[in-house]
Formats: sequence, structure tokens, C-alpha cells
Amino acid sequence: MSQLDNRSRSWFFSILVFLGFLGLWQVVATAELISPVFFPAPQKCFVTLYEQMNQPEFWQAFSQTISRMIVGFSIAAFCGVTLGAIIGLSSRARTYIEPTLELIRPLPASAIIPVFILLMGLNDSMIVAVILFSSLWPVLLNTVHGFKTVEPRLLEVAQILHLSQMEVIFKIALPNAMADIFAGLRLSLTVSLILAVVAEMLAGTTGLGQNITLAARSFRSADLYAGIMVLGAVGYITNTALAKVERHVLRWRAV
Amino acid sequence: MMRLFKGLMIPGCVLGLWQWLVMIQYVKSESLSYPSAIAAAAIGVIQDGTLLVAAAQTFSGAFSGWLVGATLGIVVGIAFGLSQTLSRLMKITVETVRPIPSVALIPLALLIYGYGVLLETSVVAFSCFWPLLIVTESAVRGIEPRLIEVSRMLNFNLFDRVIKIILPAALPRIFVGMRLAAAVALVVSVTVEITANPMGLGYALIVAQESMRADRMFAFIGWIGLIGWSLNTALLNIQYRWFGKMGFWEEQV
Repeated sequence: MSQLDNRSRSWFFSILVFLGFLGLWQVVATAELISPVFFPAPQKCFVTLYEQMNQPEFWQAFSQTISRMIVGFSIAAFCGVTLGAIIGLSSRARTYIEPTLELIRPLPASAIIPVFILLMGLNDSMIVAVILFSSLWPVLLNTVHGFKTVEPRLLEVAQILHLSQMEVIFKIALPNAMADIFAGLRLSLTVSLILAVVAEMLAGTTGLGQNITLAARSFRSADLYAGIMVLGAVGYITNTALAKVERHVLRWRAV
Repeated sequence: MMRLFKGLMIPGCVLGLWQWLVMIQYVKSESLSYPSAIAAAAIGVIQDGTLLVAAAQTFSGAFSGWLVGATLGIVVGIAFGLSQTLSRLMKITVETVRPIPSVALIPLALLIYGYGVLLETSVVAFSCFWPLLIVTESAVRGIEPRLIEVSRMLNFNLFDRVIKIILPAALPRIFVGMRLAAAVALVVSVTVEITANPMGLGYALIVAQESMRADRMFAFIGWIGLIGWSLNTALLNIQYRWFGKMGFWEEQV
């Protein structure tokens, strides 16, 4: 009981501190200590955010960005886990493929955007391709790692129990790799949001990324802040959702 | 030797196939260029000095942002690590700001600083701040409690305690955080250059793409990858030399 009390108290004070920061921001902004060109009052930002949310254009941009992100991320997650499992399970495949992966790994994901623009032009499928390509690597590399670090004694047990190859994969290797796969998925999710925003900025197609660029270009600072808040919220919600899934899938693990 | 050969087989085959397809004119060379032209362009950008200038610009943005962001992250992380109350009080504020994707701040930073190094520094600093904050906080929390007791016995003041006990004890893990943040810094600075800032390697990449010079574009991509790889390898070596195996487990988290 006292623990719960303690927890809710710390939440309460934590929210208080946050509101305090908002208040400070409001005071500084209304006193115009910092130029309102790029430092609008929070109250103005929230009003703008509310107005935006009443417009169909906002939801169109929102759904565009989210659907690109989800399509790119899902395909990348599926391909990453499948390929990663194949590469991780076969040591022969690793000797051939791993050095290539190591070559691609240090490349900044955004650096390949120009290649995709040149190949596909400035359009929707280019953005999805960029998201897919760049969020593939974290899942793929983590899955490879998860599958190649299976406890050897577990494999010996499998041998003794005469498990088939499929049974070994699904009963031993995959559960073992799950934690690594989710670590990769979390990274990939962050990457997919970042690349969605960057690619939209460059391609100039409707979306949340373009919203903030346009707001900044026309000096609508309240719109800009509202857009940044929305992107922050998208990041928070998608991450929390994935964490929920992870906790559900990995619930058998003793934490 | 055999391993190296096997490892290079796939990239080698891809490059060979690419070159061959262009030579038999199956692929138009204007849009994709071809390996030998890219290699020539890679040498060309060294000779005319563009690579050196662009790399220096990218480095200055990445390095200054990394320095500012990492320092702030370490300072705040130590404060959070030492005082659980402070960490709890700031929790909502931190969790509200942290999920903002760093690239979303590019338009804002552009509005504040205009084009230039400061634009890059600010966005890179934001993205380097968070990993260092988290790593430092948990590193400080994980310090052997007896060390803290010793510092209390010796009547150290807060400054002495941080400099003489806490920083040295948490340093291996903080260094791992700094190495990971350095990789982030390079990626973010290139991204800022691609989207907004007219300088550095990212901008050189965009210019090459817009002027349909695919050979130069791929050459710059190759150089960016090589620079990122060498930076990471160098920092890994330093980490290994200074701290040995200490702190390596951090990467499993």
C-alpha cells in the first residue's frame, strides 16, 4: 500500500515539475525574452494543435506518414527476421554474407536516400522503399546475432531428443533469439519514423515531415511546434505499443 | 585468407555483374553509373579537394554537437544517478521530450540558427544527449556502494566525490555510451546536411544526385561509409586498450 502511495506521489510531483516547465515556457514566451519567431507560447501551440486536429488535411498527412511507416517497417521486420534466421542458423551462409553486412552497417541510412531518388523519383514508393531499406538492417543484424548465440547445450539436448530441424528452429532457436529480435525491432521502429520524416522533407509529398518544413519556411512557429509535438507523440505511442507486444511475447521469460 | 576471399565474394560478384550489365548496355549508365567510373570519381573527389573540405565540415558539425550533447548528458546523468528523487521528479519531462525524433528539430534549428555549423551542432547535440544521459545514470547507480561509503568516510565534498570516485568508476560504461553517440553524431550530421544544411558530405551527396552525377554520388556514399567504419573501429580499439573487457556488456542491453 505504501509502495503504491509512494509511486503515485512521485508521479504527481513529476507531473507538477513538467507543468512547472510549461509555465516557465509560457512566462518566458509571453515576456518575449526569446524571439517569438521561433519561441511561441505553449498555450498558442496547444491551440494551434487543437485547430490542426479539426482539419481533414492534418489527418490526411498523419495517415500518409503512419501508413508509409507501418508498411515499410512491417516488410522490413518480416524480411529481417526471415533472412536473419537463415543467416544466423547456417555458419556457411555467415562466412559469405556477414562481411557484406558489416560493410553496409556503418552507412548512415539517410545517405542512401539520394540513390533511391535517382532510381525511383520523388514519390510515395520511394519513401516506402527508403524506410524499408533502412529499417531492415537493425532487425536483420540483431536476428543474426540472436540465432547464432544459441546455447550449445540446448542444441545437444535437441540432438538427444531427436528433434527435427524445424522443431529446433521453432522450439529452441527462435525463443532464444526473441529478445535480440525485439531489441532490433525497437531500433528499426525509431529508424522508420526518422526516415519517414527525412524522406518526406526531401520528396515534398504530403505528410507530417512536410508539415513541419512548410511551417518553418513560412515562419508559422506555433504550427511548427505543434508538428514537432505530433511527431514526438507518434514516436512515443509506437514505441509503447511495441514494448507492450514485447512484454506479451516474452512473458515466459523470468525477468 | 580463405575467409576473406569468401567474404568478399558477394560484393565482388555484385560489382562485377553491375559493370558487365553496363558494358553490354543492358543498364543505362547515366542513371546508375558503373563501378569503374565510381572508383575513378572516388579518387577524383580526393584530388580536387572536395572530399577533404566536405569531410572537415561534417566532422566539425558532428564533433561539436557530440561534445556538447555528451557533456550535458553526462552532467545530467550524474545528477540523476546520484539523486533518485531528482530523477523521479524529472521523469515525465524527460519522457515527453525524449521520443521526439531528432530530425523533427531540423526545421526549428534552421529557424533559430540559419544555415551553418550551429544548425548541425544543435541537432546532433540533442541526439547525443539522450544515450549519454541514460548510460551515465545507470552507470552511476551501478557503482559499488562501498566506494560511496569510502568517500563519505573521507568527508569528500560533492565535487571531490564526483571527480575522484564517481567519474572514474563509471567511466568504462560512459565511454561505451560516448562511442555509440559518436556513431549517431556522424549519421545525424550527414542527415542534417542532406535535408537542410548546405555543407559537408551530405550536401555533396545531394549536389551530386541533383546534377545527375551518379558516379560522384556513389563515391561519396562509399567515403561516408568508410569514414563511419573507421571512426567506429578506432573508438573500439581505444575502448579495448583503455578499459579492456570492462563495459563491453553494455552493448548487450
